Amino acid sequence: MASITLEGLKKTYSGDVHAVKGIDLQIEDGEFVVLVGPSGCGKSTLLRMVAGLETITEGTLKIGDRVVNKLEPAERDIAMVFQNYALYPHMTVYNNLAYGLKNRGFNKEDIEKRVRIAAKMLEIEEFLERKPRKLSGGQRQRVAMGRALVREPAAFLFDEPLSNLDAKLRVQMRVEIKQLQRRLKTTSLYVTHDQLEAMTLGDRLVVLNAGQIEQVGTPMEIYARPASMFVAGFIGSPAMNMLPVDYLNEQGANGLLDNLPDGTDVVGIRPDDMHLAPPTAPHLIVDSTLALFEAAGAESHLYVTLADSDQPTVIRVSGQPPVAEGETLRFFVTRDALHPFNSATGKRTGD
Amino acid sequence: MVENRPWANLIAHIILISGVALVAFPVYVAIVASTHSLSGLLQGTLPLLPGGHGIENYTRMWQSGVSNAGAPPAALMLWNSFIMAMAITVGKLSISLLSAFAIVYFRFRFRMFFFWVIFVTLMLPVEVRIIPTFQVVADLKMLNSFAGLSIPLIASATATFLFRQFFMTIPEEMLEAARVDGAGPLKFFKDILMPLSVTNIAALFVIMFIYGWNQYLWPLIITTDPDYYTIVMGIQRMTSEENPQWQLVMAAVVMAALPPVLVILFMQRLFVKGLTETEK
Repeated sequence: MASITLEGLKKTYSGDVHAVKGIDLQIEDGEFVVLVGPSGCGKSTLLRMVAGLETITEGTLKIGDRVVNKLEPAERDIAMVFQNYALYPHMTVYNNLAYGLKNRGFNKEDIEKRVRIAAKMLEIEEFLERKPRKLSGGQRQRVAMGRALVREPAAFLFDEPLSNLDAKLRVQMRVEIKQLQRRLKTTSLYVTHDQLEAMTLGDRLVVLNAGQIEQVGTPMEIYARPASMFVAGFIGSPAMNMLPVDYLNEQGANGLLDNLPDGTDVVGIRPDDMHLAPPTAPHLIVDSTLALFEAAGAESHLYVTLADSDQPTVIRVSGQPPVAEGETLRFFVTRDALHPFNSATGKRTGD
Repeated sequence: MVENRPWANLIAHIILISGVALVAFPVYVAIVASTHSLSGLLQGTLPLLPGGHGIENYTRMWQSGVSNAGAPPAALMLWNSFIMAMAITVGKLSISLLSAFAIVYFRFRFRMFFFWVIFVTLMLPVEVRIIPTFQVVADLKMLNSFAGLSIPLIASATATFLFRQFFMTIPEEMLEAARVDGAGPLKFFKDILMPLSVTNIAALFVIMFIYGWNQYLWPLIITTDPDYYTIVMGIQRMTSEENPQWQLVMAAVVMAALPPVLVILFMQRLFVKGLTETEK
């Protein structure tokens, strides 16, 4: 159990490629932090730097009170779960779990005890004598988790551990990882590109883009108040719609847009905040044509093109509204659903 | 194939059987010839049925050899061949495993240069460098010794290259997982890499053993002491006599052919098992 402190962490590859451009982050003891971002944003590199699998070009990395910049992965007291599990194919599940303990000089009884406990926790007891190739994807995933668990490390590092599973299993494992982490209270750093996984798992989210932190906060903070247009577009599905202020004014804003913060030229509106029925609060009115109707069971996604504009926009409504493709739709947006941004800086302007 | 075409089947079998016969017939003749007396062999046509001198021929070849032709007892020559072949095989495998490990997993200066140097030696057979090698071995006073027989043949570019290719197919994460699990380079080599390479090691063991066993020119050049003669050399010496004793030559041939066959049979089980049970 320990906190992890990243101070000005940088990674530069030869040829002047800046993969990670100075990350400051404090992960508290027992906290579950998710690094999320599009592919190539440096999130995996950052995790591997924490693990000790990539060297640190600049900055300081502390696990607990120790500066671990120069330590081997094994000396950092961390355990890692890999995307492709990286189980040792020639060893039984039991030996896969025990290998790290053996290397650390644990005696036989301790190893046996720890492996049994971990196996019980993950419900893989019956597979202990099998080889990894005889296991299904979900079971391999559990073994990979078990290998991290038996070590009782100061921190768990997860590198997209669920991306090789099918959708149903992914949801199930997500819940289990969350419950396990709650129970063990081990500091965890989790990398994913899936914003839903990030939202549901993390105590805190770190949204990364191009090697830099865009925003840090609890999932709901980030969802409710994205700090930049990038975060607004990345977190939440379908993605937030971005409409120019000038366009909305032309369409008849009822004076609602007059008190936006200085510098605002784009407003973001979540697909859920666009209503087909006029709300009682003061609202904007926008006309659009329904281009595509997507029924997803409990909810529907309406892909519309706005009147006098070719801006693609998505509306999410619950149930199945009686609309047909090609029909003209009028939707309403209240003032508090607007996220003001400046398109030049990409940052939120206030509110 | 799941086709059911009787004629195709029949033709396929005829081709296969004639292929087997073509290969097996000379072996059969050798075995038959080793059971006749010399006079029986020299009477016109070659006998195709076993004769009654088998035990006599084999015992004689095994215990006393043909000393006037420069062939010591087969027991000694087989033993020499075996030592040489094993030394070459084990030496080649250990050196090439370690050098492939170094080339794939360590980042050192001139890494690719060394790889290419090793690779280039693939193009040089023993015969090309035999004179300088002889000079070196003679200067090191290794003539007429097992060290001299095996050491110069131990370096193997082929095996290094094959192991390198195999190591490169092992996912990077395997190494990283081992590092997180506290395994240093040698532990990783011993606990992960070696067990994963069992199939390749077994296959190369067979190839290298036969290569070592069949060495002819090199032992011929560096041994003058009959105590170090190998079986392949001995056979050659017996046949170059004026009146070769063919029944003894054939007995020696059969005995010389057995160890490689045994090695293949034994190792085959291992690598068939390896092939079906390892997975990355």
